Amino acid sequence: MAGEEHIIDLRHVSKSFSGKVVLDDINLYIRKGEFVTLLGPSGCGKTTTLRLIAGFLAPDEGEILLDGKDISGIPPHKRPFNTVFQRYALFPHLDVYDNIAFGLKLQKVPSDEIDKRVRKVLKMVSMTDYEDRDVESLSGGQQQRVAIARALVNQPKILLLDEPLAALDLKMRKDMQIELKEMHDQLGITFIYVTHDQEEALTLSDTIVVMNEGRIQQIGTPTDIYNEPVNSFVADFIGESNILNATMIRDHRVSFIGHEFDCVDEGFGEGVPVDVVVRPEDIYFTQDPARAQFTAKVNSCTFKGVHYEMYVDTDNGYELMIQDYDAYPVGSTVMLYIEPDDIQVMVKERTCNTIEGRMKDATHVELLGGEFECLPQPGLEGGEEVIAEVAFDKVDLLDHQDEGELAGEVHFLLYKGDHYHLTILTEDGDHLWVDTDDIWDKGDLVGIDLAKEDIKIRRKNEA
Amino acid sequence: MKRSHWSIPYAVFLGIFVVLPLLLVLLYALQDGQGHFTLANITRFFSDSDALGTFAVSLEIAIENTLICILLGYPAAWILANKELNRSAVTIVLFILPMWINALMRTLATAELFNMFGIQLGKGTLLFGMVYDYLPFMIYPIYNVLSKMDKSYAEAAQDLGATPWKVFWKVTVPLSMPGVSSGILMVFMPTVSTFAISEFLTNNKIKLFGTIIQENINSSMWNYGAALALIMLVIIGISTMITGDRKDAEEALI
Repeated sequence: MAGEEHIIDLRHVSKSFSGKVVLDDINLYIRKGEFVTLLGPSGCGKTTTLRLIAGFLAPDEGEILLDGKDISGIPPHKRPFNTVFQRYALFPHLDVYDNIAFGLKLQKVPSDEIDKRVRKVLKMVSMTDYEDRDVESLSGGQQQRVAIARALVNQPKILLLDEPLAALDLKMRKDMQIELKEMHDQLGITFIYVTHDQEEALTLSDTIVVMNEGRIQQIGTPTDIYNEPVNSFVADFIGESNILNATMIRDHRVSFIGHEFDCVDEGFGEGVPVDVVVRPEDIYFTQDPARAQFTAKVNSCTFKGVHYEMYVDTDNGYELMIQDYDAYPVGSTVMLYIEPDDIQVMVKERTCNTIEGRMKDATHVELLGGEFECLPQPGLEGGEEVIAEVAFDKVDLLDHQDEGELAGEVHFLLYKGDHYHLTILTEDGDHLWVDTDDIWDKGDLVGIDLAKEDIKIRRKNEA
Repeated sequence: MKRSHWSIPYAVFLGIFVVLPLLLVLLYALQDGQGHFTLANITRFFSDSDALGTFAVSLEIAIENTLICILLGYPAAWILANKELNRSAVTIVLFILPMWINALMRTLATAELFNMFGIQLGKGTLLFGMVYDYLPFMIYPIYNVLSKMDKSYAEAAQDLGATPWKVFWKVTVPLSMPGVSSGILMVFMPTVSTFAISEFLTNNKIKLFGTIIQENINSSMWNYGAALALIMLVIIGISTMITGDRKDAEEALI
């Protein structure tokens, strides 16, 4: 149903709010008739992107094209888009009919035509006979329907939806998802949908745009995004997954959890550190020792309705999540294997922390807004710009912010089978990545320290 | 001690300073000088052309004052509540600042200014003084409603094709009506009963309803004064009910 013709193009779009970068060089096109979902955690920039398209915000840099023409200078009331707002924003001083007719009356559509269109759209959202109701007397689901009707009655080229189902309960959300999908198929107009709910995105979309920290992480169909995530963020955000450190031995051969596996990926090089994702439903049990690739002990087993969710400890001490239709008793030893095309290999974004800084004197270096003692650096003088490297597992996290040289906050965490990989946001807004066995939670405030022997320093301009 | 006992001091306070005086007003209004029950004080008002005339003037002045306060106060409140036009809290304080000084002092000072510039005291100066005194009471509730208004209503209207002008008239104004009605309550009611402002700013050339109540009480005609006060209370009560949804109007003040 989606043609090849682009309806919206975002080119090098950036946006900051009071110095904080919210969108960083966004490039995106949307095809006519497509159902596109902008997906990401809160603060990833998805709502800002939608508001830029709607015209409530102007980009700092870059351009937004509609049918190939720049619309940066066009105010929202002249753009042929309509929005369904997260909190509906129905006008409390108007009844259902007048809310829906609001746009048409502004366009001076004749009143019998308004009447016809309002009734038609009310029928479409199954709200016939609610014309005279006060909007505040409606339930959340009904208000949502009126909000959708109010947008659709204007026959927009694009319908923008800002987390429209977030305030509804689960059952209602599922029903509305199906109805929205049907409306999209029926009307053939382009839908741009913002959500943080990955399941919703997978259910509804033709194309998903995964965003994090103001950048697009991946664009693809739901199956692409699920089966072939490009990095550990996407893998972790979409669905359940086992994300593990691995080494690409050579093409089609990868080693992780202390074993070697065949895989289908190639072109990463030899002996290169990578991340792999294995979905919990892609680890299979077997009774045949010849098929088994490794063994594990079942640690816990929970019934989840359709399947059982089990955590197992492998023979080399890694924890994996497995989903299977059969339950295996806790404490039993099982034999497991993974099919080559179920192993998704991803480039590691980084293998250690690389930080720009400046020498204070021969044994002190300024990094990330703090000052650290380092080993004597012959040949480097105070004031010289340097690059410091710190391994992920050499960053010390302390319970109290004031105990460390730097203070920070746990921003993102990823379980990697035998340790946690944390992203720490420092007070100055820099990122630091840490491997640790300790358990932290998102949002924990931490002190950060670096031992002098763990900071490896080189001059900035040296390769 | 039960929680409800904590309210006793307040109940006593209300009894002594609100309920008892009201009852006294009622009692005096319905008595003649010798303490006999009579309705003569009330009926006297309706045949007293002086009092009726004053009453009409009072209403007229109060309505004019309220209208001027809305016309000046609404745009002021809108500008104050608009974060793009007003980035600092200082301007809000500047609008509220005159309220920190006693209204009588301000009125006296205004009268002195008029004298100094040789402006003749009259209706114009009276209205000026009233607007000056009561404008903050109109601005504040409207500002309160506007600054708490969910911005998504205006965005939704824009999204549906409304120009900024249409957004203002079709969404912002209707949704800010609770603020306007509580502003009206706070400006209209006290202006009907005021007398000090007219005394200072017109040298009593223009008498207001409050003035004749004060004159009657001052010349020991307590019963007729009380009857006039009672009539005024009833009128204010009625106008409060007409102003409509009290709940919305009260919310605007918080």
